[in-house]
Amino acid sequence: MFAASQSDPNSGWEAKAVEFFKDHLKEKDAPTSVPSLNDVPLHYLKPNSLVKFRCLIQDMFDPEFYMGVYETVDPATKAKVLRCGKYKDVTECGVSRVDFNSRNTVTAERQTFYCVPIPGENPWVKEISSLSRVVPSTSYAPTRQKRSYEEDDEMDDMDTQPQKQREPHPGMTQNVGHGNGDCKRQETEAPSSQTASTSHLDLNFPLPGEKGPSCLVKVYENWDNFKLNDTLEVYGILSVSPALSALADEKDASSSIMDPTESMETAEEQRVHCPPASLVPRLHMLHARPVSHNNPLLPSATLEDNSAFLSSTLSEMASVRAELLTYFTHILLGDALAAEYLILHLISNVYSRRDVLPLGKFTLNLSGCPTASYTERLYQIIQQLVPSSYYLGMSLQNMNQMRLVPKKDYVANRLASGVLQLARHTSLFLDEIQLEQGQLDTTGVRNVTALGNLITWQKVDYDFNYHQMEFPCNINVLIVSEGRSLLPSDCQIHLQSQVTPANMEEYLSSIHMHTQTSSQLNKFRIYLSVARLLDYNISDEMTKSVEDDFVDMRKDDPQSVSAEDLHRMLVVARLLSLSLGQTSLSRDSWLRAKHIDMLRRSRMEQHKCVNGNEP
Amino acid sequence: MSSPTSTPGGCKRGRNTNPATPSSEGPTSPPSQRRRGQDSSTGDLMPMPTSPATDILSPAAPQDTSLFSSPRPSVQPNEVDMSSPLMYGTPMRGTPARQRPDLGSVRKAPQVDLHSEPPSTDGAVASESNAGQRLVIWGTDVNVATCKEKFQRFLQRFIDPTSNEDENAGLDLNEPLYMQKLEEISVVGDPVLSVNCLHVQSFDAELYRQLVCYPQEVIPTFDMAVNELFFERFPDSILEFQIQVRPYNALKTRNMRSLNPEDIDQLITISGMVIRTSQLIPEMQEAFFQCQVCAYSTRVEVDRGRIAEPAVCRHCNTTHSLALVHNRSVFSDKQMVKIQESPEDMPAGQTPHTTIVYAHNDLVDKVQPGDRINITGIYRAVPMRVSPIQSNVKSVYKTHIDAIHFRKTDEKRLHGVDDDADQKLFTEDRVQTLKELAAKPDVYERLSSALAPSIYEHEDIKKGILLQLFGGSRKDFTQTGRGNFRAEVNILLCGDPGTSKSQLLQYVFNLVPRGQYTSGKGSSAVGLTAYVMKDPETRQLVLQTGALVLSDNGICCIDEFDKMSDSTRSVLHEVMEQQTLSIAKAGIICQLNARTAVLAAANPIESQWNPKKTTIENIQLPHTLLSRFDLIFLMLDPQDEAYDRRLAHHLVSLYYQSEEQMEEEFLDMAVLRDYIAYARTYINPRLSEEASQALIEAYVDMRKIGSGRGMVSAYPRQLESLIRLAEAHAKVRFSEKVETIDVEEAKRLHREALKQSATDPRTGFVDIAILTTGMSATARKRKEEAAQALKKLIQAKGKTPAMKYHQLLDDLRGQSETAITKELFDEALRALADEDYLTVTGKTVRLLA
Repeated sequence: MFAASQSDPNSGWEAKAVEFFKDHLKEKDAPTSVPSLNDVPLHYLKPNSLVKFRCLIQDMFDPEFYMGVYETVDPATKAKVLRCGKYKDVTECGVSRVDFNSRNTVTAERQTFYCVPIPGENPWVKEISSLSRVVPSTSYAPTRQKRSYEEDDEMDDMDTQPQKQREPHPGMTQNVGHGNGDCKRQETEAPSSQTASTSHLDLNFPLPGEKGPSCLVKVYENWDNFKLNDTLEVYGILSVSPALSALADEKDASSSIMDPTESMETAEEQRVHCPPASLVPRLHMLHARPVSHNNPLLPSATLEDNSAFLSSTLSEMASVRAELLTYFTHILLGDALAAEYLILHLISNVYSRRDVLPLGKFTLNLSGCPTASYTERLYQIIQQLVPSSYYLGMSLQNMNQMRLVPKKDYVANRLASGVLQLARHTSLFLDEIQLEQGQLDTTGVRNVTALGNLITWQKVDYDFNYHQMEFPCNINVLIVSEGRSLLPSDCQIHLQSQVTPANMEEYLSSIHMHTQTSSQLNKFRIYLSVARLLDYNISDEMTKSVEDDFVDMRKDDPQSVSAEDLHRMLVVARLLSLSLGQTSLSRDSWLRAKHIDMLRRSRMEQHKCVNGNEP
Repeated sequence: MSSPTSTPGGCKRGRNTNPATPSSEGPTSPPSQRRRGQDSSTGDLMPMPTSPATDILSPAAPQDTSLFSSPRPSVQPNEVDMSSPLMYGTPMRGTPARQRPDLGSVRKAPQVDLHSEPPSTDGAVASESNAGQRLVIWGTDVNVATCKEKFQRFLQRFIDPTSNEDENAGLDLNEPLYMQKLEEISVVGDPVLSVNCLHVQSFDAELYRQLVCYPQEVIPTFDMAVNELFFERFPDSILEFQIQVRPYNALKTRNMRSLNPEDIDQLITISGMVIRTSQLIPEMQEAFFQCQVCAYSTRVEVDRGRIAEPAVCRHCNTTHSLALVHNRSVFSDKQMVKIQESPEDMPAGQTPHTTIVYAHNDLVDKVQPGDRINITGIYRAVPMRVSPIQSNVKSVYKTHIDAIHFRKTDEKRLHGVDDDADQKLFTEDRVQTLKELAAKPDVYERLSSALAPSIYEHEDIKKGILLQLFGGSRKDFTQTGRGNFRAEVNILLCGDPGTSKSQLLQYVFNLVPRGQYTSGKGSSAVGLTAYVMKDPETRQLVLQTGALVLSDNGICCIDEFDKMSDSTRSVLHEVMEQQTLSIAKAGIICQLNARTAVLAAANPIESQWNPKKTTIENIQLPHTLLSRFDLIFLMLDPQDEAYDRRLAHHLVSLYYQSEEQMEEEFLDMAVLRDYIAYARTYINPRLSEEASQALIEAYVDMRKIGSGRGMVSAYPRQLESLIRLAEAHAKVRFSEKVETIDVEEAKRLHREALKQSATDPRTGFVDIAILTTGMSATARKRKEEAAQALKKLIQAKGKTPAMKYHQLLDDLRGQSETAITKELFDEALRALADEDYLTVTGKTVRLLA
C-alpha cells in the first residue's frame, strides 16, 4: 500500500495516517500506553517512535521550509526513489544522493516551537504521573539497557541513528527494523561526541533550578492555533538523529567557505536553534491536546465528557471542603476566615476578559504573617496541594537581580525566559516578609511594576527591546506580608492568630509534624482542581436581588461601598458557590459572601484602630 | 561514463575564442574555464558532464554546485556564453556593468524555444533571430525582446498625474515620470532607477506578473532596456556603472507571516523592523588566478559561494600551478540584516517572526537596527547540508531575502507631517463597511458606546475621548510664522479613586496603535522626553526617546498625573501646546516632534473629591498646565439610587453574560480601530462658512456670559479647543466639511466639561478663570474686599507702627459682616504687603512709610 501511495504524493495518505493516530488516541486507554518524555529518560526511548510530552510552549521559532517530497538518485544504478520528508529532520538516502533539481520536489512549511516541561510542576504531580508510566514495550529495550551500561557513549550514538525505514509513521508498538550492517558501520565512524561541549547549554527554563527535557516540537498544521505559554500534550515522533548535532559541530570548523549563508549566523544562534539532539530531542507532532489542567489525579478528558467522575466528586465536595477548611484553619493559626479566603483564592481562575478587564481573578494578600519560617511552611503545604506553584521570595536581592519578565535575545534569536512566564493556573507565592529596607534599582522597579501589572491586569509585557508585547496570563498570586503589601491585591485579610506568641514556636513545629495521609491529600488535590474547572452562572432572579442588595448597601453607607466592592463581592460569591460545588449562585451563597466580606472588613477596621499608623 | 553530447562544443563561442568585447571587465570576462554542460540536464539527468580535459575543473558533484531550490532548475553558469540573452549586450561605451549579486548569477540563463522540448540550447541560439515571439528564457515564459520593449515603452510613456510620493517632488506630473528620473540620473550620476511596481502593474499587468514571478530574469532585462534607452538619450553622460533598476512596492506579500513556499524566487515586499545588522562582509565575486610557472592569469567568477579553481594552466598546461591573488580579485559588499515582524502585524499570543535579509553593494549600511522598513527583494531558499562528507542532507531549507530595495517607513516621522497612507491599507470591503457605518445617523453614539464597554456610563467622557482619538485637522501656519497649530485634543480626567479612570486609560492605550502608558509616580522627566545614553556596542552617544516622543501621532496616557513631580510636569508645557520637545543634553541639542494627545488622570489631593472646592484646589495642579487641556472631566461617584441600580446591573451582567452576548451589543474593537485609523488618514475636514459663523457666535457668547459679572469667561484657547472638537466630530461622520451640527456638539461637550470642572463652588457659576488663573473671579474679588477692609481698619487705628497679628485678625473679624478665614486674612495681608503698605514679620505686623 505504501509503495503505491508513495508514487503519488497527493493521494492524501498523510491525512489518513494522522487521522488514524488521532482516532486511536481518543480511545480511553490509548494515551496511557504511549511512553512520556516527561517520565522516561531519553535514552530509554526508541528513536522514531511515538512518544508524548506534556509541555509549555516557551518560544516560537521562525517557520522553516523543508522538502516535503524529494527524490534520491543512486549513483550506481541511477535508480530514482521518491521519498517523504515529513516528520523527519534528515533526508535518508544511504548511498544515494538527493536530487535537488528534481521536478518532483515539493517544498512544504512547518513551524518549530521550543517547549519546556510545565514550569513549577510540583513533585507529587511528577511522582503520580510517572507511576503510570510506560516503559517502551519492545524486546529491544532490555538489551539496550544492558549494553548501554558497558559502552555508553558509543552505543547511544548508534541507537539514535535514523533507522532505515520506509514507513514515515512507525506504529506504537511496531518493531522498527534495524539498519543494515553497512549503514551501521558508517554511522559509528562518525560519532558525535557532543556531550562534553554542551553541558553548559542553557535550556531556557522559566524558573531557575528546573530540570527536565526540553524539546523542539515541529508542527505541521494549524500552527496559528497555538499560542505562546499554551500547555499541551504533544503526541509525536521522536527524532534524535545525531546528524543534527553534527551539523552544529562542523559549522565552526570547515564549512564557512562551503556555504556562506550558514556561516552568517552567530554561534549563539546556532546553539539555540540547533542544540544537540541528545539534549533537546526533536518531536514531530502528529497530534496535540491542550491540557486544561495538569493534575494527574483527574481524568485527562474534559469534565463534560466524564460525567461519572464529575458527579461523584461533586457529591462529596461539600464534605471535602469542610475537611480542607479545618486543615487550613489549623495551618493558618486557627483563623477560620483566612482559611476560607485561602480556599477561594486557590480555586480562582480568570474565566473571561472584558476588553482589558480580567474577570474572576482573586489575588489574596495575607497580612500579619508571623515569621519567615512560617511562610515557607505555608508554601510547602500549598505546594502539596496544587499541581504547579512557585515560591518567589521578594528579597531586595531577588527583586534587583532576577529576570521576571521574558526578554527577547536578538543575538541568539530567542525569547529568554523569565519567572513570570508561567502556565495558567500556576500558583505564584510572593513572600514579602523577605523584603528588607534598601533601594530598588532600575531592574527592581521594573520587576515590581511587572508584578503589579500581573496582579491588576493578569498580563505580562514581554520585552522585545524595541517594543513590548503583552501576553495575557492566568496566574493565582498569593502575597504574604507583615503589613499591607506594597503590591495591589483584590483582597487583603489580616491573619488573626489564635495562638499565643509564647506557644508560637511549638505550634509552628507541630504544623510541620501534622502531615495528612496521602489519600486525604489526594482528595484535596482533586477538589481544588475540579472546583476551578466548573462552569458557573447567575440566574436572572439572583441578578435582580444582587442589584437590589447593592442599591440598599449604597443607601446605607455610600462612602464605603463602591463599584469596586461589588466587583469583589461578585467574585467572592462566585468562588464561594464553586467551592461548594454549586454551579449557580444561590441566595445563601450571596448572603454568605456578603457576610464574610463584612467580617473581613470589620477586621481590617479593627486592625486599623489597633495600630493607627497603618494607612 | 558517457559524455552528454547534447551540448556540442561546436557552437560554443566562448570556449577558445575571446569575444570581441572592448572591455574585459565585468561579466564579459575571459574565456570560461568550464563548459556549459548542464543546460540540457533536464532532458538527461546525468549528474555531471564529462568531457575531456577541462572537465576535472567542474564541480565535484551536482548537489554541491546546484543548490537550487525546488522548481527552478539549475543552470550551470558560463561566463562568456553569448547565447545568453541576458548578457549585458554590448557595453555602453566604456561604462562598465556592475554585478548584481542581489539577483544571483542566473542572469546567464539560456533562452529556450517554448515548443521544442527538451530544450536545446543550440536551438535557442539559432532561432534567436528568427523565432521571435516563441523564444523564452529557460523555465519561464519571459521573452526578452518583448519584455525589453514593453519596459522601454513603460519608461517612455508612463504618467502618473495623481502621484503624491515625496520622491517625485519637483517632477512634472504630466510628463512621463521615469524619463524625468532618467534625466535626473544623467545630472546627478547616481545610476539607480527605482521603479514602483504599482506603476508597472497599472501600465501592463502582464509585465508586472512576469516581474513578480521571474525577477531574476526580468530585472536584468529591465536593466538592459533602461541602459539602452539612457545612452540613446544622454550619450554624453558618464556614470560609474550601468543603471540598475530597483523595483519596489510589489504587492505580492505584505506580511512576513504570510510568506510561504510558493513565494520562493519571487519578488516580494514585506514590512518589518530591523533588529540586527552584521558587519560588512566582503564577498568575492571574481577570483583572480595566476600561474606560478608562466604568469598566465585567469579569472573565475564565483558561483553561489564557490570558486572552481582551475587545476590546469591553459597556457603552459602545468597542473596545479594556479594561485589565487587576493588583491586582484573582485569583491562586493554584503551585509546580513535581520528583520522582525512589526508588532502591528502580529496575531495576539504569538512571538514575532524574523527573516534574514542580505543587502548588497550600496544597500549595505542603509538601515540601522530599530528602523521600520519595507523591503523588496527575492525570496530564496537554500538546502542545508549536514556535512560535506555525509550525503545526508538536513531536509530543511534556509531562507533569506536578497534585498533589492529598502524603503524606510518611519523616515519622515521625525520631521514634517506624515500621513500613514502607505502603512495601513484597507481592503475595499473594509472601506465599504466603514463607510456604511459612517452613514448611520447615530454613528457618534454608537462609537462612543463601543468605547470601553466594560466601563459604565460616563457618556460624555467617552464622547470626549472618542473625539480625542480622531483629533482635529492639522493646520500649518509655518509661513506666517506661527508654526503648527495643535490638532490633538488633550483631556484630563479627575475624580474619586476607584471610578475606573485607570481602566479607561488602559483601554485607550490598547486601542491606539501608537499609544504609551505611563504612571505619573513611576515616570521621570527623562522617561517622558528623551535621554542620552552610551550605546554599549558602538560607544556612541545615542538619544533614547521617551514616552512622549514614542507616542508621536498617538496618545500618551498618563495615570496618576497629580503624583508627578513638578519638574516632570514642566516638560509637558511645551509638548501640550507646541507639540515639540526641545532637548539639550550631553552635546545633543535638538527639537523632536511630539504631536501627541495627552489623556491624563488625576486623583483629588484629599483622596475624596471635595465638592466645596474648585478643581484647582482639589487636584493641586498648576493652572498653566490645566489650561492646556481642552476638556477636563470630573468622574464622580454620583450618589443616587437609579444610578446605583443601573451600575449594579451593568456589573452583574458583566460577570454572567457570555462572550457572544457582549459582542452582539457592541462594536468590535477591531472595527473601531480601523474606523479611527481610516478617519485619521483620509478625512481632513475644513470649516464651512456656517460653521465658522457658529463658532464665532459660540465664542462671543462665552465671552458675554462672563462680561456681565465683570470677568473673562473665555480665552482664545477655548476657541481653538472648540474648533478642534468640531473638526474631530466631523471626522467621526467621515465628512470633509465641518458643519453646524459639529460645532453644536463641540459646544455642548465643552460646556459639559466646563460645567463639571470650572464651576465655582461658591457661586455656582461656570467660571473659566478657575482654570486659566487658578482662582475664581469671586474669590479674587473677595480677597480685594478683605484687603480694603483691613487697610481701613489699620488706618482707623491711627498711628500704631506695629500690631499683633492675632489682634488684627480678631479686630477684622469683629468688624466684617462676612466670615473671614485665616487664609483670607493672610491673603489680604499679603496683598497689602505687595502694595508696600506693611510688612509681616513673625507675629507682628509693621506699617511702612
